[in-house]
Amino acid sequence: MKYDIILAGVGGQGILSIAFVIDNAALEEGLFFKQAEVHGMSQRGGAVQSHLRLADGHIYSDLIPLGQADLILSVEPLETLRYFEYLKPDGAVVSSSTPYTNISDYPVLEEVFQQIKKAPVHVLIDSEKLAREAGSVRAQNMVMLGAASIFLPLREGSLRKYIQVLFEKRGPQIVQTNLRAFDLGRQAAKL
Amino acid sequence: MERIVLLGDEAVALAAIQAGLTAAYSYPGTPASEIMEFLVRNSEGGRKFTAKWCVNEKVACEEALGVSFAGKRAMVSFKHVGLNVAADPFINAAITGANGGLVVVVADDPGMHSSQDEQDSRYYADFARILCLEPANHQEAYNMTREAFDLSEKFRIPVMLRLVTRLAHSRSSVETSAAREQNKDLPYGTWQDWTLLPGNARRRFRILLDRQDELLEYSENTVYNQLVLNPAGGRLGVVVTGIAYNYFKEVAAGLPAEPSYLKISTYPFPVAKLRRLIEQVDEILVIEEGYPFVERFLRGVTGIPGKVIRGKMDGSLPASGELTPDLVARALGLPEKTGLKAGEFKLAARPPQLCVGCPHADTYKALNEALRDFPRPVVFSDIGCYTLGALPPYNAIQTCVCMGASVSMAKGGAEAGIHPSVAVIGDSTFAHSGITPLLDAVHSDTAMTVVILDNGTVAMTGTQPSFGTGEPLDRLVAGLGLDPNHLRVIVPLPKNHQENVKVIKEELSHQGLSVIIARRECIQIVGEKKRS
Repeated sequence: MKYDIILAGVGGQGILSIAFVIDNAALEEGLFFKQAEVHGMSQRGGAVQSHLRLADGHIYSDLIPLGQADLILSVEPLETLRYFEYLKPDGAVVSSSTPYTNISDYPVLEEVFQQIKKAPVHVLIDSEKLAREAGSVRAQNMVMLGAASIFLPLREGSLRKYIQVLFEKRGPQIVQTNLRAFDLGRQAAKL
Repeated sequence: MERIVLLGDEAVALAAIQAGLTAAYSYPGTPASEIMEFLVRNSEGGRKFTAKWCVNEKVACEEALGVSFAGKRAMVSFKHVGLNVAADPFINAAITGANGGLVVVVADDPGMHSSQDEQDSRYYADFARILCLEPANHQEAYNMTREAFDLSEKFRIPVMLRLVTRLAHSRSSVETSAAREQNKDLPYGTWQDWTLLPGNARRRFRILLDRQDELLEYSENTVYNQLVLNPAGGRLGVVVTGIAYNYFKEVAAGLPAEPSYLKISTYPFPVAKLRRLIEQVDEILVIEEGYPFVERFLRGVTGIPGKVIRGKMDGSLPASGELTPDLVARALGLPEKTGLKAGEFKLAARPPQLCVGCPHADTYKALNEALRDFPRPVVFSDIGCYTLGALPPYNAIQTCVCMGASVSMAKGGAEAGIHPSVAVIGDSTFAHSGITPLLDAVHSDTAMTVVILDNGTVAMTGTQPSFGTGEPLDRLVAGLGLDPNHLRVIVPLPKNHQENVKVIKEELSHQGLSVIIARRECIQIVGEKKRS
């Protein structure tokens, strides 16, 4: 088994938190993983991405070759498109539909959606709405993780466990908000 | 033993702790910062080692050298250009030699994700005539760091550990081994070895040169340099160094048979193993992350008769930038793959930018307005978040070269007739390398204006502590001998805009040295305080 994921978003949207949950769930389930991240300058409101690779055997490259990703999981619609060339012909796209417009030349949103819909398997999620419903607009990353969880080769229970681990220092209320965000995302993706 | 999830940087840090580290020092810089962050986090709560951020890399390296002199194990870590700053103690530490194990971790940034160049630190290790270890993955990063301390004490030299961004900032699981105690019984270094008067230095250098054969012997025999001869793999032999090994193994599975290869992870590189590979093949492909270091040695002046050498120097691989599995696949003659294309759709770029509410934005706005009426002003800038002031909407700076260069270049510029000649430098960068050039400018009362952006932190690399901030910074600048009438402090906030423009204009028109400190806390720090 081998499962390659491109995580995408804008610096500050919490894609490394998504990665933390997937990494630890994978380790718990006895899988190997490698996850290349971006730190430093790009984190300041720029495009950020992480290559996350899961397998049941040794993984060599930290980077995913072009055309080999099973999944693009993106917290921002324009960022989804930036990594399309990594996607397998039959790969899946799970993308937020909530734009992060910190640039002046942001394209027409409908056109971005049209492009995303060219992927054979695609799920567009209103992450802002669902995160608000869960209790915090900051929980959009967990909404998107929940939506992607229907594709991931990981048990729902392992993912939920590490959401708990990730947020437990911030108190039970924040843990609950993020678990709720995960559940809402998962439900929305199933529809 | 235990399996834990670690960044490459963290695998190095944990290995150092478990190797019996007594003290570690660093200055923040991507992609090395997470080494010290891990050490600082784990030195709290009564553990018995020191982990400190330092004012700059030279100081960090010298502090580590002092620990080694005392017979204890020390580590210093920084990004590749940090080694330029620390080059003086680094090179001379090879001459004094190490007493307690001394490991110098350098994280190179091929592709310049967060850097001004992509220099390859293996040249520095070669220049200093010391061992360099280059792990290919997390487990090797852990194991080789443990071993680096032993090697340093065995050969009595500093040992370099070279990381690259993709390993430093990649996360995977690592198996750890039993921790070792700190050194207890090593005596201090002897003055004859550590006082580099010419007589001592000549003798020490001879010892270092005489040790080269032992270093080579280590490289020939270590398990990290793996020669795999596969007669079924055809007439191509592949030399892979560091993480290039990963890309090779990833894509070579797509070839009919895996070529013979030599994985190199220690330097001086294993010459005998390399010869054995070359004898078996007609064509050699060298794959390295960084400069064509091994390739250039292999080619020499005349190449190898009867053999074709390929790599970065003949265009088989790009001469600059980062390797990818796709580039390596192409060099091996594999067909290119690609996924979906966004087609004609124009993807708007999303470069990094100053945060909403950043104090630097207000300073740049005021500075731009104050400079508007001058025909040819120049703003020399420096390394930090504020370098983003080069981009729209600010377009506020004209240079960024190296730590501290804003102040020295502004002085040179002023002396060449530029007016106004302005330097813009952050508080931590000022402490790192701005104090000495400012002292220079005080000495000649150069007609220039230095703006110190005091946001109280090293923001770009993750809000590490700054050494030159707040009121002590004012006293420091005044103490250099600056005319107190031309030391001004402003608070960069939109509501102070007009007043700040006025202060800056006044100082720009002064025919001597002025320092304006623009002081407001980084909004990332404000946010962190709110959350905690």
